[in-house]
Amino acid sequence: MSNATASTTASFSAPIALETAVVRNWKPPIALGIFAVLGLVLFVFAGREGTTTFRLSTDSDLIQLPAIPAAVAGVTITISVVLFLIAAASTALAVRAIRTPLWLIAVYAVLFLVGFLTWAAAGETIPIPGLLVGTVGLSAPLIFGALGGVLSERVGVVNVAIEGQLLAGAFTSAVVASITQQPIAGIFAAIIAGVLVSFVLAAFSIKYLVDQVIVGVVLNVLVTGLTSFLFSKLLSPNAELLNSPPRFPRLPIPLLSEIPILGPVLFRQTIIIYIMYIAVAAVWYALFKTKWGLRLRSVGEHPQAADTVGINVNRTRFWNVSLAGAIAGLGGAFFTLGSVGAFNKEMTAGAGFIALAAVIFGRWDPIKATLAALLFGFASNLQSVLSIIGSPVPSEFMLMLPYVVTIFAVAGLVGVSKGPAASGKPYVKG
Amino acid sequence: MSDAQIPAKGQPEIALAPGQIPGAQEPETRTSQFMRDLLGGNAMISVLAVILALVAGAVLIAVTDEDVHASLGYFFSRPADFFVAIWESVSGAYVSLFQGSIYNFRRPTFADGIRPLTETLTFATPLIAAGLGVAVAFRAGLFNIGGRGQMLVAAGAAGYVGFAWELPFGIHLIVAVIAGMLAGALWGGIAGLLKARTGAHEVIVTIMLNYVGFYLISFLLRTPGALQAPGSSNPKSPAILPTAVFPELFGPKYNLHLGFVFAILATIFVWYLINRSNLGFQFKAVGENPNAARVAGMNVKNVYLVAMLISGALIGLAGTAQVLGTVTTGFTQGIDAGIGFDAITVALLGRSRPIGVFVAGVLFGALKAGGYSMQAAQGIPIDIVLVVQSLIVLFIAAPPLVRAIFRLPVPGHTGVARAAALTGKKAVVTK
Repeated sequence: MSNATASTTASFSAPIALETAVVRNWKPPIALGIFAVLGLVLFVFAGREGTTTFRLSTDSDLIQLPAIPAAVAGVTITISVVLFLIAAASTALAVRAIRTPLWLIAVYAVLFLVGFLTWAAAGETIPIPGLLVGTVGLSAPLIFGALGGVLSERVGVVNVAIEGQLLAGAFTSAVVASITQQPIAGIFAAIIAGVLVSFVLAAFSIKYLVDQVIVGVVLNVLVTGLTSFLFSKLLSPNAELLNSPPRFPRLPIPLLSEIPILGPVLFRQTIIIYIMYIAVAAVWYALFKTKWGLRLRSVGEHPQAADTVGINVNRTRFWNVSLAGAIAGLGGAFFTLGSVGAFNKEMTAGAGFIALAAVIFGRWDPIKATLAALLFGFASNLQSVLSIIGSPVPSEFMLMLPYVVTIFAVAGLVGVSKGPAASGKPYVKG
Repeated sequence: MSDAQIPAKGQPEIALAPGQIPGAQEPETRTSQFMRDLLGGNAMISVLAVILALVAGAVLIAVTDEDVHASLGYFFSRPADFFVAIWESVSGAYVSLFQGSIYNFRRPTFADGIRPLTETLTFATPLIAAGLGVAVAFRAGLFNIGGRGQMLVAAGAAGYVGFAWELPFGIHLIVAVIAGMLAGALWGGIAGLLKARTGAHEVIVTIMLNYVGFYLISFLLRTPGALQAPGSSNPKSPAILPTAVFPELFGPKYNLHLGFVFAILATIFVWYLINRSNLGFQFKAVGENPNAARVAGMNVKNVYLVAMLISGALIGLAGTAQVLGTVTTGFTQGIDAGIGFDAITVALLGRSRPIGVFVAGVLFGALKAGGYSMQAAQGIPIDIVLVVQSLIVLFIAAPPLVRAIFRLPVPGHTGVARAAALTGKKAVVTK
């Protein structure tokens, strides 16, 4: 699909003949075209009647926005036409060897989503704030995990152990918060647990030069085994004492929480979510705007060069991998203290791997990885919302959708994602 | 722990003694040289790694045992009770682990006593097949985390052929196995194709395909006319027809089925593929350095696709063995039983070498079989097997750690090889 057509144009009139390589990328038009056809099949051939209502405010909002009704047939068919137009525009751009701009893809995605929601919920009401609040909740551990992954990989240590760090954080935060009845203590315990998992990752990959992917995979198994063993042996017989952590209350931020739509979504959350906002901003700022971040990235890109200018490569790696573990462990606490309220066997259920996918999807950039994590969270929440209001699509296919979309996005739009150059390679000072 | 001293600590093990020239070790007697290699060599490290992991498991068992807790309460008046309690909890656990996985002395006849060993091999069958699949991908530099999806899709295909088609004995079985392997290859091949064509990272694609496969099979299992048993409302398939069921190798008394023979054949096939065939050489070349392989004229994209196809087919064999051999009365969406992920550890423990994967698969099969008997007899959760498994892989992956714990000598030749390997690695980084 990625045929790079090179054509040479020689100009005879000009004294200097410049060779220009024309690179046409056909992946975006193909991906957009496939989804446009999919939309056509759903919206037109499996078209539905009635009206879908989008509710924009919750009952407790100060400023009430009116609900928006949408006539299903009219809206979906219009959107289907626009989708084809965008796909055609993308093709036209590709012919002229111009990249399809990102905003066009974003518009396309939003339109597709609106069309799909309208179609799927025909005759029902979709609570937009509820949909988005759930998204933030489901994304939170993914975002923490992805931030940990970004930090660790940027400094040159592949972090496949995100799942283990999340699970360790969830377990220890549940136990410590139950014993102390202090959720804050649980958070600190989760951070320590994440750091401990990272210590093992760092020690084995930096000191013993073991393949980092191997250590990561094995650590996941180790933490899964340990927490499940201790859960069966200790936590479930003594659930009162060891596995009934208090949950964080929701802390609405005054004023901000009254902003329509955004307020309930972003500013009526638990303290862990607020920490998450700070963490995303802090990681981004630190990574790209500070000396520390520059050193970190240089160690991950070219450790030899970093060493030459006097940076201690292995020490930088060790402590930053530990920091990454702390962030991921904190995300684990969200499972027990933020959402569920008790630890359960393998309760992270692959979130660490999704976070890993978000890291790669987001091209090792904290902001993009966060957006990717939000996408995953949104998709899985969309499924649960649609299954409540009853959608014509079998729930399994709704559950499948985010993963299929990711495959298409990774194959069609992201393409080759290149990580930090020295990620995964041990550094031995010569 | 400060990392400042880490390289310094590691140095003496790697570096040769001052003035010692590589290979110039004539003054040393052959016997002592042999002892050094034996004590510090790979085989010894593997054995010690298993012992270390079992010791760690023992600590875990003792720490969480209730009798031990009780005896700790009056430790100072009767300390012996404490140690007796530890001994009883740990020895009880490991005796039942042994009796559940290798030989049960409590049974009167040899035929009964050896039954646990056949259980071990039954558990090992899918682990070996899937482990080989992961190993083949590893060799080509690909990380196939998609074992779960590939196994599920393969189980669905093989199961469908197994219960829905009516074919004569023998042919039915072969067709079902081929269907399963093809389905696995298809699922793995998607990741390979996307990697080759668009550069999509195979880790993402295989993880995503795990979920897609899981929900696909879940949907089919609750859809009448697809995989769901007729007249049932449970998400479960009907029983496999007798003509497609893997025959038991040693009669109905033992669960060990034909799948184990397939696992052995797969091991031989992968050995040939990796060590003797042109394709295997290309796999290794691409796995080591895709750019160099491309310069050497190899079709790297093709290698990615073929490697994932073969990897998926082997993991598909594991899924097939599950439905046609182990669980023949109809399967659910949990048929993969976590083998897709266990396979990664099996491949790592076997260092992606076919024979190594086979041995690792049998070892993990033994731990699994024994783990169940330990859970039944001693009330120790089966999850401890995961702990022991992962610790074994960790220790084996870090020989210096094991040597440091047991104060073993560094084998002479290995030291030189290691130093050379390290310089080689540095060269890569330098570039």
